[in-house]
Amino acid sequence: MSPAPLPRTPRLLPADLARVGLAGMRSRPTRAILSALGIAIGIAAMVAVLGISNASSADLTNKISRLGTNLLTVSPGRDLFGDSTQLPVDAIGMVRRIGPVQSATATGSVPGATVRRNDRIDPLASGGIAVVAARTDLLGTIGGTVHSGVFLNAATSRYPAVVLGSVAASRLGIDRPGGQVYLANRWFTVIGLLDPVALAPEVDRAALVGWEAAGSLLGFDGHPTTVYERSPDESVEAVRSVLAATADPQNPQNVQVSRPSDALQAQLAAKSAFTSLFLGLGAVALLVGGVGVANTMVISVLERRPEIGLRRSLGAARGQIRLQFLAESVALSGLGGAVGVVLGAAITAGWAAYQGWHVVMPVTVLLGGVAAAAAIGTAAGLYPATRAARLTPTQALSTV
Amino acid sequence: MKTPPVTDAGVDTADPVIALDRVSKTYAGGVHALRDVSLTVRAGELLAVVGRSGSGKSSMLHLMGTLDQPSTGHVLVRGHDVAQLSDRRLSAVRAHWIGFVFQQFFLAPGRTALDNVAEGMLYHGIPAGRRRTLAAEALDRVGLGHRMAHRPQEMSGGERQRTAIARAIAVRPAVVLADEPTGNLDSAAGAGVLSLFHDLHSQGTTIVVITHDPVLAAQLPRRIELLDGRVRSDSGVGVVPEGAPR
Ligand SMILES: Nc1ncnc2c1ncn2[C@@H]1O[C@H](COP(=O)(O)OP(=O)(O)O)[C@@H](O)[C@H]1O
Ligand SMILES: [Mg+2]
Repeated sequence: MSPAPLPRTPRLLPADLARVGLAGMRSRPTRAILSALGIAIGIAAMVAVLGISNASSADLTNKISRLGTNLLTVSPGRDLFGDSTQLPVDAIGMVRRIGPVQSATATGSVPGATVRRNDRIDPLASGGIAVVAARTDLLGTIGGTVHSGVFLNAATSRYPAVVLGSVAASRLGIDRPGGQVYLANRWFTVIGLLDPVALAPEVDRAALVGWEAAGSLLGFDGHPTTVYERSPDESVEAVRSVLAATADPQNPQNVQVSRPSDALQAQLAAKSAFTSLFLGLGAVALLVGGVGVANTMVISVLERRPEIGLRRSLGAARGQIRLQFLAESVALSGLGGAVGVVLGAAITAGWAAYQGWHVVMPVTVLLGGVAAAAAIGTAAGLYPATRAARLTPTQALSTV
Repeated sequence: MKTPPVTDAGVDTADPVIALDRVSKTYAGGVHALRDVSLTVRAGELLAVVGRSGSGKSSMLHLMGTLDQPSTGHVLVRGHDVAQLSDRRLSAVRAHWIGFVFQQFFLAPGRTALDNVAEGMLYHGIPAGRRRTLAAEALDRVGLGHRMAHRPQEMSGGERQRTAIARAIAVRPAVVLADEPTGNLDSAAGAGVLSLFHDLHSQGTTIVVITHDPVLAAQLPRRIELLDGRVRSDSGVGVVPEGAPR
C-alpha cells in the first residue's frame, strides 16, 4: 500500500487574514482603543506640526514674494574711532544713478525731536517714537500702505503735517487722522496713519514729517539716515556691490548696506528648525505608542494561548499564526494612525483658519502618517507574533 | 444504537490511518509519559483509550495528531513518518486528515455555531461561502441544524461539544481524535456525545476517544488501556462498519 499523497497548506486568503487580524480588536475593543491611543496622539502631533508649519511657511513665503526681496537699505555706520558717520546730502541722487536702480528714497532722523499727544506730557516720556523726515515717495519703495488719511505730498511736506507709523499711532493713542500732536514744541496736524510695514519696521515706530518742513521747522540738516532702494531681482547683487561706494564715495567703508527681506528668510529657516524639534517630540510620542502596542500584543499572545493551540490543531502553520498577530498589531496601530491623521488634519485646519492662513495639507503627510503607523505596528508586532508562532501546539494547548 | 456487522475483509484490509511504532515520549524534566507503545488505528475504527489520570493518554493523542513529536520510535499518519515532515506539511496534515475534539470545546464566545464551525476550515484554502455551506452540513450531521445561529453562551454543554465535533468532522478528516470529550459534561450529555460518535462511526468516520468513564468505554468496539505510559491491554482491532473508506 502506498501512502496517500500529502495535502498542502494554502496561503490565507487576504480577506480571511484581515478578518482574523481584526478579531482580537473586536473582542477587546477598550483595550484596542487604549493601546491605539498612543499611536493616534503621536501621529496627530506629527501631522499637526507638519501641517501647521507647512501652512505658516507657505504664508511667510507668500509674504516674502509679495513684499519682494529686492529692497536694499543704506545707512551710516561708525568710523574708525567709533563715532557715528553721516551719509552725504545727495546720497539719494547718487544711488538713483546706478543703472538698474528703479527707485530710491530716504528717511532722515531729526535728532532731539520728540512727539507727544499734547504739551502737558513729559517730553522724556515720548514712548520711543522717532521723528523722521520722509521723502514723498517713501511708501512706494518700501511697500507701505496708508491705513487711513493720506501720505505726505509735495504740498503737505512744507507744512507742520505728520504721518504716524502703526506703532507710533497706537503709542500716542491716536486711531484716526485729523487731530494734532505736539512735535518738537509745535503743533503738527496728523494727516495719515500707516499700516505696519513688514520690510521696514523702523517706519512703524516713526512720526514722519515732510523733508522740507523738517528743514525749515525742526532744523533737520538734510542728511539721510536710511536710503531705501529697489532694483530688479536679478540685479540686486550687482547693485549691492556698488551701493556703499555710490552712496558715500569718500568713506564707503563707513556705510552699512542691508537687505530687510533677509530677516524674513531667517524666520523661515528658524521655523523649519522648530518644526524639526516638534517632529522629534512627535516621534518620541510615536515610539512610546509603539511600545504600548507591543505590550498589548505580548499580553494578547499570553492570554490567547488556547486559541493559538486550537488554530494549530485546526491546521494553522507557524507562519500563519505569526501573520495573524502581525496583522492584528498593524491593524491596531493602523487604527491609531488613521485616527491620528484625522485629528492632526483637523488641528491644522482649525489653527490655519484661526491664523487666516490658507490650509495646505500635503497628501504625502497624510499617507505618510498612516504608513508610519503601519510600520510601527509591524515593528511592534514582530516580537509578540514570533513568540506566538514559536509556541508548540502542545505548549499552547496545555495552558488550560 | 445498532452495531454494524463485522466483516473479516474489512478488518484485514482497512488502511492503517495512524500507526505508532515503539513510540516513547519523555518530557523535559524526565517524565516518561509513554514507553514503547505500538499500535495501529485502521480506517473505520471507533476506539476508546482508557487509563488513570497521568497514564499518558493525552500524550499519545497529541502524538497521533502530529501536535507533538515522539522522543523515540515512529508515528506514521497514512503512511507518512511525522518526523520527516516540515511544520507546514504537518499543519496541512492536521488540517485535512485529523479532526480534534477537546474537553474544553475551544469555541469563540462571541460567534455563532456556524461561524465557529466555519472557522475550523480557515486553513484549507476554502472560500468563505463554501466554508459556511460545509459548516451548515456538519452542524446538520451532529443534529444542531436548528442551533446554527446560536452563540456558545446560549447553548448547553452537550450542544457546545456537538458544535466542536461538527468543526472536527466538517472536512471529513481521516480520523477524529477526541481528548475526554465528555469530561466537562453531565452523564446524559456525555451519553449523547458518545451516541453521536457511534452514529458518525456507522457512517464511516474513524474515531479515537479518550475517556476515563469505564461505562462509556465499554460501549466502544475497541479499548486500549494505558498504565504508566505502557499499553496494558488492547481489546484488538474492533468493528469496522461496512462501507468504511478503504
Ligand atoms: N508538556 C509536558 N511537560 C512535562 N510533563 C508533561 C507534559 N505533558 C504531560 N506531562 C506529564 O506526562 C504524564 C502523562 O500526561 P498525560 O499524557 O497528560 O496523561 P493523561 O492524559 O493520561 O492524564 C503526566 O505525568 C504529566 O504530568
Ligand atoms: Mg489528559
